Amino acid sequence: MTERFMLSRRDLLKTSAAGAALGLASASFPISRAFAATATVGFIYVGPKDDYGYNQAHAEGAATLKGIEGISVVEEENVPETVDVQKTMESMINLDGASLIFPTSFGYFDPHMLAMCAKFPDVQFRHCGGMWNKDKHPMNAGSYFGYIGMGQYLNGVVAGHTSKTKKLGFVAAKPIPQVLLNINSFLLGARSVDPTITCQVIFTGEWSLAVKEAEATNALVDQGADVITCHVDSPKVVVETAAGRGAFVCGYHANQSPLAPEKYLTGAEWNWAKVYKMFVDDLVAGTPLPNFTRGGLADGFVKMSPLGPAVGDAARKQFDGTLAEMMKGGFSVIKGPLKSNKGVVVATEGQAFVETALELESMDYLVEGVVGSTA
Amino acid sequence: MDATEIGLWGVPLAILGGAIRVSTPFIFVSLGEAITERSGRINLGLEGTLVFGAMTAYAVAVVTGSPWLGVLAAAGAGLCFGLFHGWICKFRGVNDIAIGIALMLFGSGLAFFFGKPFIQPSAPDLPAIAFGGWSNIPQVQAALNVNVLFLIGAALALFLWWAFRNTRAGLIVRVVGDSSDAARAMGLNPNTVRLLATGVGGALAGIGGAYLSLYYPGSWTERISSGQGLMAVALVIFARWNPLGCFAAALLFGGAGALGPALQSVGVTQGYYLFYAAPYILTLIIMIATSSPSRSLAGAPGELSITK
Repeated sequence: MTERFMLSRRDLLKTSAAGAALGLASASFPISRAFAATATVGFIYVGPKDDYGYNQAHAEGAATLKGIEGISVVEEENVPETVDVQKTMESMINLDGASLIFPTSFGYFDPHMLAMCAKFPDVQFRHCGGMWNKDKHPMNAGSYFGYIGMGQYLNGVVAGHTSKTKKLGFVAAKPIPQVLLNINSFLLGARSVDPTITCQVIFTGEWSLAVKEAEATNALVDQGADVITCHVDSPKVVVETAAGRGAFVCGYHANQSPLAPEKYLTGAEWNWAKVYKMFVDDLVAGTPLPNFTRGGLADGFVKMSPLGPAVGDAARKQFDGTLAEMMKGGFSVIKGPLKSNKGVVVATEGQAFVETALELESMDYLVEGVVGSTA
Repeated sequence: MDATEIGLWGVPLAILGGAIRVSTPFIFVSLGEAITERSGRINLGLEGTLVFGAMTAYAVAVVTGSPWLGVLAAAGAGLCFGLFHGWICKFRGVNDIAIGIALMLFGSGLAFFFGKPFIQPSAPDLPAIAFGGWSNIPQVQAALNVNVLFLIGAALALFLWWAFRNTRAGLIVRVVGDSSDAARAMGLNPNTVRLLATGVGGALAGIGGAYLSLYYPGSWTERISSGQGLMAVALVIFARWNPLGCFAAALLFGGAGALGPALQSVGVTQGYYLFYAAPYILTLIIMIATSSPSRSLAGAPGELSITK
């Protein structure tokens, strides 16, 4: 009964009614952990699962698993990126018998998820966005992500056609590689329409700070940006504030068009249902889960919101053309000659990084034309 | 949309606009806390009241379609939280700070629980008055869109400042806050006065929450407050329990908070984390500048548990 001493708050609450059940639960570990026809899958979200954004996109994916025979889904929302997430994972394993866990937020990976991987070698963990590396990380860990930068490139194409001031705005949370790739892709998409377009970026420093996001949006509009997009957990505030100020918006994570039907151009959305279904099918079939999963528009990991009423014919045509090219595969957003906004060459003439290039996942620069700084 | 280049003028304009837009919750919560603390109690639970008020206002506005009913409901909910705090604290051996922390967690948790179905729907916004009509620059017009609650808050600060000095009710609150014994000698019941003062404080905090969810940023999410209620409680000490000081401090906080995004928008992009710390650095500087060993915590009510 050494398990008793590893229990977290949540465990205690759940087991306080029947202490005896604890013994039963620990005794049943080996059975529920085995890759049998019945399995429990755990999802952990950093915010509320109906936030019109990042967490909603994951929760919608998780919801599609609930109808699958023999699969039960457990979820916990508002779990901070601290030792709390370790406790959540422990209780999902110990009490709910989860054999596959998806900690969906960036900060869950290191050290929290890796600690749990070492502690529960029979449980599979797949992290969203992390860089799983065969040499560094255990085999029961893994990561998955989608090439949503392509979606931001398409956002940029439509924004480039729609903008009259030739200034775009981007409200970003933190300067991590995925965010930087989105900002760069958005601008490069717009520059494929008009190479004089610039994009102003404002970092808020946190994934979810409603008041600061609203202030950032106002500041961008004040400086003349007339198409705004963002990379924060919940784009709701940015979309509503920008539309309220008369600017157009491109969405992110999920479809926000109901929030601003007239001003919403298009948006880059996740399609996690496809990814989660894939993992669970492997789990049910008993085949080993892949450790490193990536996919883009062509693989169905990412999709675009339907184009809004303000999108013109020229924009529509280029959008469709670019999308078709991306679906063929091998499309590169970052291609030479290209400099960073500090003047450093990031791609030489003839050099191109396709969406699958691992270099893109350690991006630490903003390209020429983006007004902003990574620190 | 008219695109007018305002360049660097964007920074002072953003600070002004930010002061008006962001300060209102700080104003209401800190005025409420000032009343409570002047009566000799500290209610740290106002963060929870703020969040619960935001949820209540949004929910009522969604259901009834009237933002003003939402504000009223938020004030009512805040009143209940305040009265509950005031009632518990009258018992012997009860620590008002501990109860406040408990109520802070309780209020937030209850708001998350009841607020789930209201994250997605859109509620009608509170009206704003356009004071920027004289200018033909759209940015100025946008910055001078002043919400009615901000004006009410400003008037309330002025009224409270006057009332604490010049009315019988103000005197009673101050006497109870400075010395329970003196209040009893005057035939006053300190517990009743504190109960009412905490209730009013809670109601004001509820209204502050209504501003958050119904005007700026104008939607109900669980992260809507990000600690503003706690900051406002700290502002009261910073403002030396003076309602006008609370108003000024709230403006300062709102304006300083807008500095980070505004500087980035004009291209000052290095070190934005430092600019985001601006409100706190300002607080520290002013606290250091205004403190002195001979008159520390001037104006502090004598019955406050932190000064006793």
